[in-house]
Amino acid sequence: MENIFKRLSALNATTILFLLTGIFVVLFLYAKPAIKEYGIKFLIDPRWGVSINPNKPSNNQDKAVVNQDNENIVVEEEDIGGNVPVDQEEIIQTDEEDIAINDEDALSQKSKVIYGGLIPIVGTVLSTVIAMAFAVPIAMGIAVFLSEIAPFYISKPVGVAIELLAAIPSIIYGMWGLFYFGPVVSRIFGGGSVGLLVAGLVLGIMIIPFMASLSRDSMNTTPSVLKESAYAMGATKFEVIKDVIFPYAKSGIIGSMILALGRALGETMAVAFVIGGVFKLPEKITDPSVSIPVVLANNFAESSGMSLSALFYLALILFVISFLVISFAKFYFLRDKK
Amino acid sequence: MNLEKVMDIKNFSFTYAGAEKPSLKKINLPVYEKKVTALIGPSGCGKSTLLRSLNRIHDLYPGNRYEGEILLKNQKTKEMENIFNYKKENELINLRQRVGMIFQKPTPFPMSIYDNIAYGLRLQGKKDKKELDERVEAALKGAALWDEVKERLKDDARGLSGGQQQRLCIARAIAVEPEVLLMDEPTSALDPISTVAIEELVTKLKDKVTIVIVTHNMQQASRISDFTAYMYLGELIEFGTTEQIFLNPKKKNTADYISGKFG
Repeated sequence: MENIFKRLSALNATTILFLLTGIFVVLFLYAKPAIKEYGIKFLIDPRWGVSINPNKPSNNQDKAVVNQDNENIVVEEEDIGGNVPVDQEEIIQTDEEDIAINDEDALSQKSKVIYGGLIPIVGTVLSTVIAMAFAVPIAMGIAVFLSEIAPFYISKPVGVAIELLAAIPSIIYGMWGLFYFGPVVSRIFGGGSVGLLVAGLVLGIMIIPFMASLSRDSMNTTPSVLKESAYAMGATKFEVIKDVIFPYAKSGIIGSMILALGRALGETMAVAFVIGGVFKLPEKITDPSVSIPVVLANNFAESSGMSLSALFYLALILFVISFLVISFAKFYFLRDKK
Repeated sequence: MNLEKVMDIKNFSFTYAGAEKPSLKKINLPVYEKKVTALIGPSGCGKSTLLRSLNRIHDLYPGNRYEGEILLKNQKTKEMENIFNYKKENELINLRQRVGMIFQKPTPFPMSIYDNIAYGLRLQGKKDKKELDERVEAALKGAALWDEVKERLKDDARGLSGGQQQRLCIARAIAVEPEVLLMDEPTSALDPISTVAIEELVTKLKDKVTIVIVTHNMQQASRISDFTAYMYLGELIEFGTTEQIFLNPKKKNTADYISGKFG
């Protein structure tokens, strides 16, 4: 009995490992044609779905709204256009459905479509950074107020309200952001009513309740005798919070930030509403742009062949970014924990 | 014996928030300077509640009610001041630095050993590195901990053993040179050897500081205290020199408790 129980729980625990590697492997396999085609340059290429003619580099046509300079294309031309032999196209052909490939095939005879991930990557990173910069201080303020300052009859209902806010589906935040919050932001900061800034702020608002309630729970675990002994040394409330509660609850607080960060990186629906969905490198933070999850959600239905593979490449990049950010945060901030 | 009161509890009653009946009823108790006063009594008799009133740590939780007076000697004017007249936050902070406290469980702050000791000094606004170093060393020596930790002052204080942590807390408290030190069952979570170390420390410290100690352990009270107060159900039953309370109690209730008939 004891043995079965142990094995069962070990099995459950390993499932997560298998799932994680499984997802990674699948993403990698699907993304392979695009990885072969574009290599690491995918990360810094700002063009998405741009067709170029290998014979006539100057005669390029934009499929999506892309602004780029011609020099860039010529350079890429030499690397990619020159090197792309037919056999790579054939690999895709064998992998993918026929009808779609026929289209692509027809296209590839006279021109090539280039996919680069720079814009969605930049959009994802920037919107997440804005969200964290906006949400962390506010969430910490809420957590401190609820756990240390507010009397019980306030902290209890407000705490419940915050937990409810954390449960609101993200699409509702997106609609609210599009119809109400976006125009407000554009009135204050200028720019359009959709864009990176609006997306970042809506994301921030979305993750505040999440972060605040987890941080509050973690601050509440500070033993009251520890707080009392700091007060007994003559510390003020602020000093107790700064010197005792924050260090004590540090791992929980950072954990809440990591979870919120993960959520912000992968958030799709709310961001799709307010980021603008435009393939354009932002010059100001109020410019519309696009993020990886939004690109994926918007383009999967009409993608096939190389464009589908490029989407998987993007998904793989998102997976790796999330993984790296979270492991970095975990190891960096929590390294001195025994 | 030349006895001077450093604190004087007069007609003091205390009611917890939401409770109808007071937990402490009309307590009258003197605390003599540079002596150890032990508070003993069965669980729930109010000895910890009384101790925690002496630095007004009860004020952290709203709704607790005090009645009566607790007087504390002002070291400058030599006059007794009622601690309930302190209203402003900085007066309360001042009170708590003059009346330090040690808790049942060791409570090292989540920082290095050095920073733990320097914490109270820094709160007082002392920044001079040399002065801090000297005071930290003196406090650690005073708490008989210096030799054990001098090589690792920068280590996290939570890595010390339980007994060391408790001595660290005592060092932290005496670093700010309080007039009175309150100890709430400081050895109840410690092993016998650490307990002996703390008891020796208490005996040594009373040259410099007045100590009020709550203890469940009657042998401990008889070993280390000069005066003993026996409390029962929120009332002070008997107060006297430790010798008198243990050898010649006047009240039957005291005698029963001391001889172990209940408690």
